[in-house]
Amino acid sequence: MPVIRSARVPLDRASVIVPAGRVYVIPQRCKECRFCIDFCPKDVLVTSTETNAKGYRYPVVAPGKEEACVHCEFCSLVCPEYAIFTVEGPRAEVPA
Amino acid sequence: MSTSTFIAERHPSDPLFRADRLPHIWCPGCGIGPAMHAYAQAMVESEIPLARHVCVSGIGCTGRVPGYLNMDSYHTTHGRAIPFATAIAIVKPELEVTVYSGDGDLFAIGGNHFIHAARRNVDLNVICINNFNYGMTGGQVGPTTPMGARATTAPFGNYEQPFNLPYLAAATGAVFVARWTSLHLRQLKQAFLRAMKKRGFTFVEVLAPCPVGFGRPNDIGDAMEEMTLYRERCVVDASARLDSLDIDLRDKERPITLGNFVDIERPVFDPLAMMRPAGERENHAALAGKTQEG
Repeated sequence: MPVIRSARVPLDRASVIVPAGRVYVIPQRCKECRFCIDFCPKDVLVTSTETNAKGYRYPVVAPGKEEACVHCEFCSLVCPEYAIFTVEGPRAEVPA
Repeated sequence: MSTSTFIAERHPSDPLFRADRLPHIWCPGCGIGPAMHAYAQAMVESEIPLARHVCVSGIGCTGRVPGYLNMDSYHTTHGRAIPFATAIAIVKPELEVTVYSGDGDLFAIGGNHFIHAARRNVDLNVICINNFNYGMTGGQVGPTTPMGARATTAPFGNYEQPFNLPYLAAATGAVFVARWTSLHLRQLKQAFLRAMKKRGFTFVEVLAPCPVGFGRPNDIGDAMEEMTLYRERCVVDASARLDSLDIDLRDKERPITLGNFVDIERPVFDPLAMMRPAGERENHAALAGKTQEG
């Protein structure tokens, strides 16, 4: 579908803080359905060059997209395997 | 590996699942996984303690869901999830009982139970994962297989008129009827929350990709292609006529209509009320922790 982009800038653009997200992946759960990669609104993810133990290529952050995640959490919602999630804030820790 | 991808051992939602059983048995790209995640998150957000939630399923791929949820859950015989859950809902009205099963289990072998539970307005939430075929047994024609779709037992295309599930549920008396897909997850979670808050028989249909059972014989290459089909052809129209909600995959111009179609009030099935003293009959709704208004 064509992506419609607004020509105008929202009035409150300066005051809105866009959240930053960090992408966490659980490689051994991934089955390479590519939902997270294709449905990411910011096209942050690509498939890895390595595979997990079952031979699936899990998602990794694309080169040059390190700061692009906006923590919308759709990858986490749409993943059928619960193998990816994002954490808000650049200095977030891995959940125990 | 990219340096900005972090490797984790556990998912934040893992406490809701029996994480030692993951990864689950479902095929790559199966739509049951996202729908189960939305249900688990809705349980947390429902403000009903997890100890009061009960999940009952029948047989099939979707019947595996209770086995992966870290809660009181029951895997019953084929098609009999609704009678089993009806007993729980009547005897323990304080529990929030959800039947989580597939289209083959709920509408083929369990079709009679569905229509009579809806007619009586038993206090149940019925979630039906509709993948248009019998997935676990190898992709046979089911009661929801669209006209013309190919299946193991219909190599020249299905010649039977399928069920229009929201129309059926509304006609037989469900008080809340919704249809979403495995792609519309935020809306799906809101529909689950509304169903949990509401007393009476609620029905949510979830259209889910089945890349191996349904996609492969129907030239839908993989789960991504079926999800893209939902993304392009689904329209949200809660005021759509219920008899127009048929799904026809052959007609590329025909949209798949989604939405929360029905939200009404009806007296809830409570056969034990006759056995209680008059004063306690009115307290029944309060005992259940839910109001008629939701």
